[in-house]
Amino acid sequence: MASIKILLDKCTGCTLCVKTCPFGAIHMADRKAVIDMAKCTLCGSCVAACKFSAIELEKSGGPRKDLSGYKDVWVFCEQKKGVIQSISFELLGEGRKLADKLGVKLCAVLLGHDMETAAGKLGERGADKVYLVDHPALAAYQDDPYTAVLVKLVEEYKPEALLCGATTIGRSLISRVAIKTSAGLTADCTGLDVDTKERLLLQTRPAFGGNIMATIIAPNHRPQMATVRHKVMQEAPVKPGRGVEIVSNVYPEETFASRSKLLEVVEEIANTVNISEADIIVAGGRGMGGKENFARLEELAKVLGGAVGASRSAVDADWIGYSHQVGQTGKTVVPKLYFACGISGQIQHLIGMQSSKVIVAINKDPDAPIFKVATYGIVGDVNELVPALTREFKRALNK
Amino acid sequence: MNIIVCIKQVPNTTDVRIDPVTNTLIRDGVESVINPFDAYAIEEAVRLKERCGGKVTAVTMGPPQAETALKEAIGLGCDEAVLVSDRKFAGSDTWATSYTLACAIEKLEAYDVIICGKQASDGDTAQVGPGISTHLDIPQVTYVKKIVEINDKSARVERMTEEGYDVVEVPLPCLFTVVKEINTPRMPSLKGMMRAKSAKIAKWTAADLDADPAALGLDGSPTRVVKIFTPEARKGGEMISGSTDEVAKELVELLKGEVV
Repeated sequence: MASIKILLDKCTGCTLCVKTCPFGAIHMADRKAVIDMAKCTLCGSCVAACKFSAIELEKSGGPRKDLSGYKDVWVFCEQKKGVIQSISFELLGEGRKLADKLGVKLCAVLLGHDMETAAGKLGERGADKVYLVDHPALAAYQDDPYTAVLVKLVEEYKPEALLCGATTIGRSLISRVAIKTSAGLTADCTGLDVDTKERLLLQTRPAFGGNIMATIIAPNHRPQMATVRHKVMQEAPVKPGRGVEIVSNVYPEETFASRSKLLEVVEEIANTVNISEADIIVAGGRGMGGKENFARLEELAKVLGGAVGASRSAVDADWIGYSHQVGQTGKTVVPKLYFACGISGQIQHLIGMQSSKVIVAINKDPDAPIFKVATYGIVGDVNELVPALTREFKRALNK
Repeated sequence: MNIIVCIKQVPNTTDVRIDPVTNTLIRDGVESVINPFDAYAIEEAVRLKERCGGKVTAVTMGPPQAETALKEAIGLGCDEAVLVSDRKFAGSDTWATSYTLACAIEKLEAYDVIICGKQASDGDTAQVGPGISTHLDIPQVTYVKKIVEINDKSARVERMTEEGYDVVEVPLPCLFTVVKEINTPRMPSLKGMMRAKSAKIAKWTAADLDADPAALGLDGSPTRVVKIFTPEARKGGEMISGSTDEVAKELVELLKGEVV
């Protein structure tokens, strides 16, 4: 069984671990750190934080596995109705950098039906190779056949890293594949890098509620799997004419069996752009004062080609639908420009939008917490300012 | 119908404050609550019971104090609860957590449906639900927003997608992860709270499970934290003041680069 201990001769009593512990499990006694085992979860945060290597986290485990047979960086390319989703190009952009650092190939994995042409185009996005599995059962995402096929590919070709979008499909699929292949999986990475010596994927993500960042590795398991949220990484640039090797794989028919059955795919036509996709979001909160005032946000969003977002209280008041909700129980968004109109900035909302590039906050309360994260803040009445902004933008953009 | 609902106790984020000097979480006085997404899972489980008859069992893996969350679940309508708790589970990542929960579920009597919240608010991984269904080798539907039809053989549900929803038919037993849209959780009833008070929570340790010791806790977890750092806090920027028209003009000038 794993254990943790303080090496008293190395502990300098600096208290860094006390501050770092996400569970309040460390205190000082006689100027040495003491771990409260009832609270400790062996998360390893203190070990990572200690500058004096004074905390030892021992993992009892079998002998180190031979990982040398694993190579190449893979990107799972998500397609819907035969169209490769933009998250895939973002992952290819990031995957290219990682593959170059490791000196290996960047391979795309494409599951679908009649995808040959689309597969051939992935070279232009930086892929050296495409593992293609073409079958009618893969036309639309279904858990069972997608899992079975991806597990087979991983077991046959042994990639050292596999990246996947943190999307509805990606999260459902990769979690299953990681269990089946005994792989380490880190969700929602905001930064990826490699340790070229140990060939480790360094996966950085927000942890414990979002204001601590943790870098996570899977030292003894391959492939190293990570999901990345949409819009976090830069899309791979298009290099027209760049070729790619396509490896088509054929598997026995039972591989494609599905216990569940997809009966229908329904697209709800939203009157505005999907907020997870939008580069500009105009969001409103309780300070908008009423449902009718959301029309002002829609006008501004329309002029800017953006989408309308909302805080939880606006959604709960039924001023706008849940699909527009930004924050902890809604969506996390990373637009280039985020307008927070009449949103006070509770932590649950901030979690969902604080990575936006530019934040403009308009609120009548000068002490609203939203101003602490805003690039530009305006104390004033949203219902006057938003129409004025719409007018000015119209003029500036000649609309 | 035997329904299992998997829950997690998490820090209540509405209590979380950030130390302005060190930019770290202030944990003193932060109470623990049922993961907000699991509240929808509990409600849906109780509604299924009301619809089809049967029993709801709440299961959690966590420290001894997670018993509070299970009592709360009973107050909300669950019939029985199991706390899976042992030092041997410490350091579990999502692989080991889903393995442990799957082992606990296998020890329970035969089930028809397992329901989980779509993710936990402290880890945000959304990996444990699919992990459990994989360990148990049962079908899953994630991000369920509506259980349209259910009988003892199969269910027809709506799975939320980025563009709308999918209609999926799935045989039982199966696992669902559910989203907020699925229901509005009820408040605990007085009767429920009384029941919760006197409820006996089953407590299982690693020894009670038919589990491979090497697959539990930190030893059974492929991932490991190697570095922890506090991101630079986003600083408040410039305040713009003036008449409505002046402010609008200035902002448009400042944002021109972002709006093309």
